[in-house]
Amino acid sequence: MNVNQSAPPVPPFGQPQPVYTGYHQSSYGGQPGSTAPPTPYGAYNGPVPGYQQTPLPGVSRAPPSSEAPPVSTAQAPCGQAAYGQFGQGDVQNGPSSTVQMQRFPGSQPFGSVPLAPVVSQPTVLQPYGPPPTSAQVTAQLAGMQIGGAVAPALPPVRLGYGPPTSLAPASGSYPNSGLYGSYPQGQAPPLSQAQGHLGAQPPQRSAPPQASGFTSPASGGPPMPSVTGPLLPGQGFGGPSVSQPNHVSSPPPQALPPGTQMTGPPGPPPPMHSSQQPGYQLQQNGSFGPARGPQPNYGSPYPGAPTFGSQPGPPQPLPPKRLDPDAIPSPIQVIEDDRNNRGSEPFVTGVRGQVPPLVTTNFLVKDQGNASPRYIRCTSYNIPCTSDMAKQAQVPLAAVIKPLARLPPEEASPYVVDHGESGPLRCNRCKAYMCPFMQFVEGGRRFQCCFCSCINDVPPQYFQHLDHTGKRVDAYDRPELSLGSYEFLATVDYCKNNKFPSPPAFIFMIDVSYNAIRSGLVRLLCEELKSLLDFLPREGGAEESAIRVGFVTYNKVLHFYNVKSSLAQPQMMVVSDVADMFVPLLDGFLVNVSESRAVITSLLDQIPEMFADTRETETVFAPVIQAGMEALKAAECAGKLFLFHTSLPIAEAPGKLKNRDDRKLINTDKEKTLFQPQTGAYQTLAKECVAQGCSVDLFLFPNQYVDVATLSVVPQLTGGSVYKYACFQVENDQERFLSDLRRDVQKVVGFDAVMRVRTSTGIRAVDFFGAFYMSNTTDVELAGLDGDKTVTVEFKHDDRLNEESGALLQCALLYTSCAGQRRLRIHNLALNCCTQLADLYRNCETDTLINYMAKFAYRGVLNSPVKTVRDTLITQCAQILACYRKNCASPSSAGQLILPECMKLLPVYLNCVLKSDVLQPGAEVTTDDRAYVRQLVTSMDVAETNVFFYPRLLPLTKSPIESATEPPAVRASEERLSNGDIYLLENGLNLFLWVGASVQQGVVQSLFSVSSFSQITSGLSVLPVLDNPLSKKVRGLIDSLRAQRSRYMKLIVVKQEDKLEMLFKHFLVEDKSLSGGASYVDFLCHMHKEIRQLLS
Amino acid sequence: MATYLEFIQQNEERDGVRFSWNVWPSSRLEATRMVVPLACLLTPLKERPDLPPVQYEPVLCSRTTCKAILNPLCQVDYRAKLWACNFCFQRNQFPPAYTGISEVNQPAELMPQFSTIEYVIQRGAQSPLIFLYVVDTCLEEDDLQALKESLQMSLSLLPPDALVGLITFGRMVQVHELSCEGISKSYVFRGTKDLTAKQIQDMLGLTKPAMPMQQARPGQPQEQPFVSGRFLQPIHKIDMNLTDLLGELQRDPWPVTQGKRPLRSTGVALSIAVGLLEGTFPNTGARIMLFTGGPPTQGPGMVVGDELKVPIRSWHDIEKDNARFMKKATKHYEMLANRTATNGHCIDIYACALDQTGLLEMKCCANLTGGHMVMGDSFNTSLFKQTFQRIFSKDFNGDFRMAFGATLEVKTSRELKVAGAIGPCVSLNVKGPCVSENELGVGGTSQWKICGLDPTSTLGIYFEVVNQHNAPVPQGGRGAIQFVTQYQHSSTQRRIRVTTIARNWADAQSQLRHIEAAFDQEAAAVLMARLGVFRAESEEGPDVLRWLDRQLIRLCQKFGQYNKEDPTSFRLSDSFSLYPQFMFHLRRSPFLQVFNNSPDESSYYRHHFARQDLTQSLIMIQPILYSYSFQGPPEPVLLDSSSILADRILLMDTFFQIVIYLGETIAQWRKAGYQDMPEYENFKHLLQAPLDDAQEILQARFPMPRYINTEHGGSQARFLLSKVNPSQTHNNLYAWGQETGAPILTDDVSLQVFMDHLKKLAVSSAC
Repeated sequence: MNVNQSAPPVPPFGQPQPVYTGYHQSSYGGQPGSTAPPTPYGAYNGPVPGYQQTPLPGVSRAPPSSEAPPVSTAQAPCGQAAYGQFGQGDVQNGPSSTVQMQRFPGSQPFGSVPLAPVVSQPTVLQPYGPPPTSAQVTAQLAGMQIGGAVAPALPPVRLGYGPPTSLAPASGSYPNSGLYGSYPQGQAPPLSQAQGHLGAQPPQRSAPPQASGFTSPASGGPPMPSVTGPLLPGQGFGGPSVSQPNHVSSPPPQALPPGTQMTGPPGPPPPMHSSQQPGYQLQQNGSFGPARGPQPNYGSPYPGAPTFGSQPGPPQPLPPKRLDPDAIPSPIQVIEDDRNNRGSEPFVTGVRGQVPPLVTTNFLVKDQGNASPRYIRCTSYNIPCTSDMAKQAQVPLAAVIKPLARLPPEEASPYVVDHGESGPLRCNRCKAYMCPFMQFVEGGRRFQCCFCSCINDVPPQYFQHLDHTGKRVDAYDRPELSLGSYEFLATVDYCKNNKFPSPPAFIFMIDVSYNAIRSGLVRLLCEELKSLLDFLPREGGAEESAIRVGFVTYNKVLHFYNVKSSLAQPQMMVVSDVADMFVPLLDGFLVNVSESRAVITSLLDQIPEMFADTRETETVFAPVIQAGMEALKAAECAGKLFLFHTSLPIAEAPGKLKNRDDRKLINTDKEKTLFQPQTGAYQTLAKECVAQGCSVDLFLFPNQYVDVATLSVVPQLTGGSVYKYACFQVENDQERFLSDLRRDVQKVVGFDAVMRVRTSTGIRAVDFFGAFYMSNTTDVELAGLDGDKTVTVEFKHDDRLNEESGALLQCALLYTSCAGQRRLRIHNLALNCCTQLADLYRNCETDTLINYMAKFAYRGVLNSPVKTVRDTLITQCAQILACYRKNCASPSSAGQLILPECMKLLPVYLNCVLKSDVLQPGAEVTTDDRAYVRQLVTSMDVAETNVFFYPRLLPLTKSPIESATEPPAVRASEERLSNGDIYLLENGLNLFLWVGASVQQGVVQSLFSVSSFSQITSGLSVLPVLDNPLSKKVRGLIDSLRAQRSRYMKLIVVKQEDKLEMLFKHFLVEDKSLSGGASYVDFLCHMHKEIRQLLS
Repeated sequence: MATYLEFIQQNEERDGVRFSWNVWPSSRLEATRMVVPLACLLTPLKERPDLPPVQYEPVLCSRTTCKAILNPLCQVDYRAKLWACNFCFQRNQFPPAYTGISEVNQPAELMPQFSTIEYVIQRGAQSPLIFLYVVDTCLEEDDLQALKESLQMSLSLLPPDALVGLITFGRMVQVHELSCEGISKSYVFRGTKDLTAKQIQDMLGLTKPAMPMQQARPGQPQEQPFVSGRFLQPIHKIDMNLTDLLGELQRDPWPVTQGKRPLRSTGVALSIAVGLLEGTFPNTGARIMLFTGGPPTQGPGMVVGDELKVPIRSWHDIEKDNARFMKKATKHYEMLANRTATNGHCIDIYACALDQTGLLEMKCCANLTGGHMVMGDSFNTSLFKQTFQRIFSKDFNGDFRMAFGATLEVKTSRELKVAGAIGPCVSLNVKGPCVSENELGVGGTSQWKICGLDPTSTLGIYFEVVNQHNAPVPQGGRGAIQFVTQYQHSSTQRRIRVTTIARNWADAQSQLRHIEAAFDQEAAAVLMARLGVFRAESEEGPDVLRWLDRQLIRLCQKFGQYNKEDPTSFRLSDSFSLYPQFMFHLRRSPFLQVFNNSPDESSYYRHHFARQDLTQSLIMIQPILYSYSFQGPPEPVLLDSSSILADRILLMDTFFQIVIYLGETIAQWRKAGYQDMPEYENFKHLLQAPLDDAQEILQARFPMPRYINTEHGGSQARFLLSKVNPSQTHNNLYAWGQETGAPILTDDVSLQVFMDHLKKLAVSSAC
């Protein structure tokens, strides 16, 4: 609260904040009461199936959608038919139903529809950028509230999505989403309501919004303001200001659109405010009479989608009718706002419970006592004092910890503290390490542990006097007393077997079976290793890496290599006894690169030759890992195995696997088996690896099913990574593979690590997610941990917390550095505690929440049917939002969807998680892909999950070529694509360059060096290097995007209307997905329905 | 009787055969009363420079149970072109090729001087010789270096088309692939896990990879060599490669902590070597050469744990049944030895270490397969180096003195049956009419397999006279024995050597004198010794001695001339006179006495005793002692402490050791440096003489004896003192007075005492 308060200059906002009455519309309120929405919903459920069907047709009708607009009435009949199911809505909306019908088709179109707005957005945005003025904001806010009239104060709530009502209309679109059986229902009713409102309300709304200055109230003008209003307050500064600007802008957009049409205007604004306001408006709009209007619009836009040019036309009709995608919270807007508001100033960690900027924002961190958000991010920075509150809110309390996170060059890496032989100072009772929160008492002779309150003696050599504030005089000289993150040098007591570790080793284990040879992998890899070995991670300014290397090749037997420096030629040792693996040599297997360079080079030269004629197709797998582990064991060091593997290990050996891929299992109770390992052997093996500090990185090059679920068990449990290159071909994939390999080999790794999270009394770390192994309930054992790996920790209450003292986290990581030094890295973080739920909701971080929820869900699929997992997620999310609505938002009509400012993106992001490949696989997604992604997400940090689930879509040709900055992203929806433009889409793993069909010839020429669109090679993965500004800019942008991600993203050029476009569209996450994933709008409606059910 | 000596010598020269009796008692009963069984020492491949092999195949008796080979003893009907088998009396047609046969045109095999003849078989594919080195790498650096050099040297001695292979072992076992260029490649096996031949072949890729290749190339016959080619390559192809490989051999890299023995997987290494050859070259001449520098310490066949504080088993432990690994290890090696023998391969053991290396357990590998066993202190000694070199020595034809995969078949005329054989052989379990029910040595068969043999390899073959007393052999009748040895000559030819001998029958009652005169006491001593040693392998030492004593007493009773109860009247004829003395020394020999010998040493001595020819065996039983002095030319002297005189230089040859011993005065003179003074050049020559003689012996002997140069009072003098007859001891020193030699500090009985007892017992009627 404090924070918030301090932040938000505008008290009024504070009020509005709590209430996200997206759904101002009293209309809704009315509806529920009158129509008894719940029941109707029930009814709908029945129909659901019908919906699903409809969607299909919808798809097919996509084109028809366009028809829709033309004759609303005409369609009406159809719609009715379809709606027949919906029944309720129909009563009033005989006509409306028709409208809906149109929407259905439109739903698909929706995708396209949005486009129109999108288009408008950009334009709008520019103007708006400046517009945002506090004055306006307030004005709007006021207006909003007014508009919200329904729930005056409430509506102001940021995202008050009047839309709920609008949702109804949206629902029309939902049918497309089909999958959400529930949606349709929800929608249906809303529609009816909406319509009902439409009749009466539209004016109302429009009035208030208009008041705010929205010329096109109908569309969303009104809602917009209301939304923004609330939003602003909720967020405090950023939120509001941003939103406001949007609002402000909204009017202008209107102005712009106006050109197009009346409705058009409203449309545009939404885009502008892409974030909340628009959504708000839209929703309202949807709910209102506009419903019809929009439908037709949609219809048109739909078809129009492909061609943006047409937009203007369609948009007009669109805006009025259903839930305007622009009116619902826009991730892009939120990200932009946060960037603008928080990107400029460093984030100073001195204050307890501060919510850091979003992961998408570039900011500097100044460590003043709490760990940088780069190390730890929490779902909430203000946690409930009691478990009851926590249960009520259902907001998971979790921290996403990345102990060895890489820092930008401007930030210093943690100081290393050496306490000599006595080792780090710790609390005697709970063993917490000395940190800035420890209280020195009795003149500095003792200190009280901030975690367990135990009073400890200060050892004489550590004694220091206190100043008048009770602080040690030397507090600022000692990192452990003044910083949130620092390192201790560990003493021998912290080492395995009480022996200082020897430097770690890397072992490269290369599959040399027929497939690997034929694909050119082996040759490529060997060639690369020759140079790559010069770049092994080294510590600090060390001249050369202390890491030793070893080489193994294998097919169904293993070949070890003796590369001792004294040899003229490497020696190969074949071990055929795969059933009982062992290491055939000790001396000469692990060598220093510089000493044995000649031999290693010779070896790498010869490996491809030696196996060039191999006919061996069978491989083993478990024995390979076993061998590497045994080798490390024999050398008495920790280390990392790099496995390059091509096929399902079917050779007779331990860990032999069979092909069990069975797509028929999808959507059955047995689906979970696809994610589970085939045999327990790998778990056992992984445990041994962990005990030895042997981390395994797996590079897979499968041509067919390899059972990633099983093969990744060891990497997963040993803190390793899995890379998968399906159908690897040197020409196409070498850059990606080599880049990943280089990065993987070069990255700094901690070995043989143990992580422990200590908390102050009252909460406790209870659950852990990530790539590691746990043999007890508290210690996270990581055979290896690199700067990309994240551990997500969930906390639960076991007692009351104290508002005054807050809650403290201390994450201690004991690890062996690349140079073989044993160290302890400590991260401390202090959180606030609250007795008011509102404080909780005000200090949440949705991105982190999603990170946690995704990991939770992805683990859930191991044990429960996917459907259950998805339902659980939806339910939890609904509960979170319902709790907010019930306890924090000012009273408003149930028809309003009110989202907490901090969580306004929760639905959209959650929807992305729900429709991700793991939870809702499309037909083209292989079992391996799902297992792979599941495994990847498990150790992703917040930034990675953020972009993974909600890809970034960057228009390349919108902004002037000269501008050096990254173009602002647009929402991931097909309707945001203009066929005259080129877009980049990335999600951290994939990178697409989408080329619109009517892109200017000049652009095509300067990017692809071909004369026309049709000549562009679809599926191209490299852009020609051309000497013109556009080409340079695009390539530069691609490079910079790649640089931001931990894995190399292979570029795929997708042409509009090309068959590859299907692949691309999969990533347009705001749209319905082919596999049945709901569109954002549909899902939001569904959420709303869920929430309302909970509330009622 | 000189004629008999000549006869014996002549027979040995011609046939390589020495019989204990050269006139045979004609009935079973009499034969058993002769005490010393009718037996012979057969040297199957005795070098016969004067015997060119014939280039055709032998003619066999057509009776399937006989199949004796046409020989000079057969009766031939030149007109009818028939010959009668002298063993089964079957009448056989000569084969078509013999149509031109007549009294004046006889094939070689019918000529009396060709009682031993060698045929060359042209049939069948000739497969090259195979040498598989199995090398221990748990050696000291200089040891390993020396071994590597020896091995590299040996490459130049091998026949150029021979196949060689290399297996090294330490904690792991590595089978080196020799065919590859560039990277040297080896297959590694865990040293603790025994594998079946099938597993080994699978793991070496000797089975499956063959399949695709078979499909690839129709040429089936080439299949095998190609597959195994990875591990066994013709020496001329990979000479350089292998030399380099050997040069790069490292010591076993696994750390050996203080107080531990290195982990040495000899058992598995051998098992793999055997399995490799078994799968690739069954039934062809192959030699597995194991070089080891210490005891197996892990895996199957381990002899001792790796804790240094637990010493390797001693005879004491074995007697106390305290050798925990012995039985299991022995079983392992026996199993290997039998497999190897079945495949016709042989295993050599070259064990060089200061401590024991487990020869006791491994001995069967060499014993059963006809392999060599060499024991030394270090690979870095001339003893090993020259011994090893001598393995590849060549005969007058330029052929290697080795043969492989031999089968020895014995055929006897009806009055005889074969009771067994003692030597480097295994039974082939071929029953037949001439197989006795009584076994002496390895019996129950008429055929034995000798996987590796050289021109000196000698077997003791024991017979039983089965002719009943009541069915006397006609006067002047002769018994015949035919030895048929089929083997792979080092030139890779298959050859058959046939020796047919005949001896007269004599009625022991009427013609005892004849029989007595035809007694070959040297052969008898060796044959009895072999029986004794053979028994010692399975029986308690004292029992064997007792048995030997009884046999000796019985012999003396039978053939001595004496008056009852009057020891002084006891006399033995010339043909028996040396026999008791042989027995005396045999009793003291390391073959029967384990005191002061490690189990390994005992095994080593026994191994050689069981395969050397008569002369060498006799040296082993009773070492030869020469004396050098200013009094005259060197002379053989009694192996007696009285021969140890201050002004003499002694040269003793025990077969295993050559000891040069300087008497007290001589030693002092040498110390004073007289030999360097020109005026005492004769002294210099005196010192040099035994050295030259020793050198001569060293040149010829295999294995190289331990060469000891010592002097009066030197610690090494014990080798001499332990061998000589302790005629003077601390007990009787003063009784014997001033004149002679050195007293021996022992409680052993002297020959004199022994003989006194013998006489007493022989003349006593009690036993």
